[in-house]
Amino acid sequence: MRTLKFLLQKEFRQIFRDPAIIRLIFIMPVIQLMILPWAADYEIKNIQLAVVDLDHSSYSQKLISKITSSKYFQLAHYSSSYESALEEVEHDRADLILQIPPSFEKELVKEDKAQLFVAGNAINGVKANLGAAYIRNIINDFNQSIRMEWIQLPRFSAQTQIEVTSSNWFNPLMNYKYFMVPGILVILLTMIGANLTAINIVREKEIGTIEQINVTPVKKIQFILGKLIPFWIIGLFVLTLGLLIARLIYGIIPAGSFFTIYAFAALYLLAILGLGLLVSTYAATQQQAMLISFFLMMVFILLGGLYTSIDSMPRWAQIFTKFNPVSYFIEVMRMVVLKGSGFADIKYHMLTMLGFALVFNGWAVFSYRKRS
Amino acid sequence: MNQTKVIITDKLTKRFGGFTAVDAICFEVTKGEIFGFLGANGAGKTTAMRMLCGLSFPTSGKAMVAGFDVYKENEKIKQNIGYMSQKFSLYEDLTVKENMQLYGGIYGKSNAFIKQKTESILTELDIKKEANVLVKSLPLGWKQKLAFAVAIFHEPEIVFLDEPTGGVDPVARREFWNMIYNAAATGVTVFVTTHYMDEAEYCNRVSIMVDGKIEALDTPHQLKQTYNAGSMDDVFLKLARKAVRTGD
Repeated sequence: MRTLKFLLQKEFRQIFRDPAIIRLIFIMPVIQLMILPWAADYEIKNIQLAVVDLDHSSYSQKLISKITSSKYFQLAHYSSSYESALEEVEHDRADLILQIPPSFEKELVKEDKAQLFVAGNAINGVKANLGAAYIRNIINDFNQSIRMEWIQLPRFSAQTQIEVTSSNWFNPLMNYKYFMVPGILVILLTMIGANLTAINIVREKEIGTIEQINVTPVKKIQFILGKLIPFWIIGLFVLTLGLLIARLIYGIIPAGSFFTIYAFAALYLLAILGLGLLVSTYAATQQQAMLISFFLMMVFILLGGLYTSIDSMPRWAQIFTKFNPVSYFIEVMRMVVLKGSGFADIKYHMLTMLGFALVFNGWAVFSYRKRS
Repeated sequence: MNQTKVIITDKLTKRFGGFTAVDAICFEVTKGEIFGFLGANGAGKTTAMRMLCGLSFPTSGKAMVAGFDVYKENEKIKQNIGYMSQKFSLYEDLTVKENMQLYGGIYGKSNAFIKQKTESILTELDIKKEANVLVKSLPLGWKQKLAFAVAIFHEPEIVFLDEPTGGVDPVARREFWNMIYNAAATGVTVFVTTHYMDEAEYCNRVSIMVDGKIEALDTPHQLKQTYNAGSMDDVFLKLARKAVRTGD
């Protein structure tokens, strides 16, 4: 115990003396949480629309103004040639082409039906897809409103209509920030936890101080605890800072209890610090440690369900996410923050995380050698 | 002189794959002795020393350090030895005092002991004013002396010094050796590797390693006679030229 006290004292002195670490702990969470949630938003806005109007009628004008008056579309190009519109797409100045055929108004009035043509720039597939869906909705709406104009009376429309109304549970306004902020906080904790531990230990290897420690009677477990505890505390501090920012800037108040969040985070940090430790036992230089962490982080983030829904991943990728500690924490954070889940709901997640913590730390302790 | 043997090795060997770094070395070191461990670069000095300190597993052979077996009792050995590696390895972002506190603490010394010992070292090295200065801001010569003081802070039986005076100016080297003599006078056994032959002359006994084997072991005076050489420099050259291995 006394040995551990001396090691912890040393570690904290070093951390607080390193301005780079202090900056990392304070500034990184603040900046990431202030900037990323605004940018990482799925809602597609500002779709650049090129209109090919071959009709030049009052209905075509009405349709165009209806589309561009929504916040989703901006009229980027207006012409009467498909080629010139396509050119806009080729130069990436337009995302979507809407072509209105020559006899649009005439057919609409006479034949009671008309056709429109929509082409999307699928280089950004999400944008093309969503843009086409939005525009279809707007056209549908337009369709109904002109029908209403025509059939004023009788009140009963000849055509039955089924309208779907939906309500969004747990996030009624579909505010993306409620969804992203908890996830980004998880990534932050992961990066700080795993990287700081790995770099810290590998740096001692590089400088040679670890050898000096290895020649003392300090036990493996004491040395490892001396490294884990400070970064565990820092991790919980960063979490607190993050939750504070979430509340102050985004007004996010967890629906569940803070105790649940902290309990899971404490366990999660143990697992992630263990991973950092594991990286440090295999890396000989700080560069190696950085690269390994970077690689792991990429996989964890992309397969963690932060940006893309795990449910829509292919089967094999879904299996991968089962081995990704990040995906559990992101899920738990969203459950607790948005749904107000308690311990009973995240029991399985807790047990799995305990498993991760045991495996990573056990492996790290096993592969850390005082003697070669 | 007390004739207790504090280091005994018997055919101690270390192989890395097909390469034999240390080849069945046998020697004994007596308590309170200053034992010079010489050899060209790559001769196997550091590897041999790391085995004795419990940092490296021997491949075969026997060794006892401070009365403990290097295979089974290496943690007990660690309580009784001090080690100063080739690389300077105090914590540079801790102060002089904090380094001593740390190493005193992890060897299980009491707070009173740490306090009193720190004072006496600061006085001995004449660095009282620098007690609260970060180690990284000290000149190299001072750092080395400090590293030695920290290596014997917990009053070990044996201290291992791996090229302790590399890159240090002659004045600081002379001062360093005064510290070694002072330590030896208190009964600490000093096991030191060096490339400076004038330092070899200061040792009670000297061994010279060539290609992983100990080629010669005697007092400096006796070695010069045996090899019919005017100085330790000549003795070393005569032996080291036989080396097949090239240094790293």
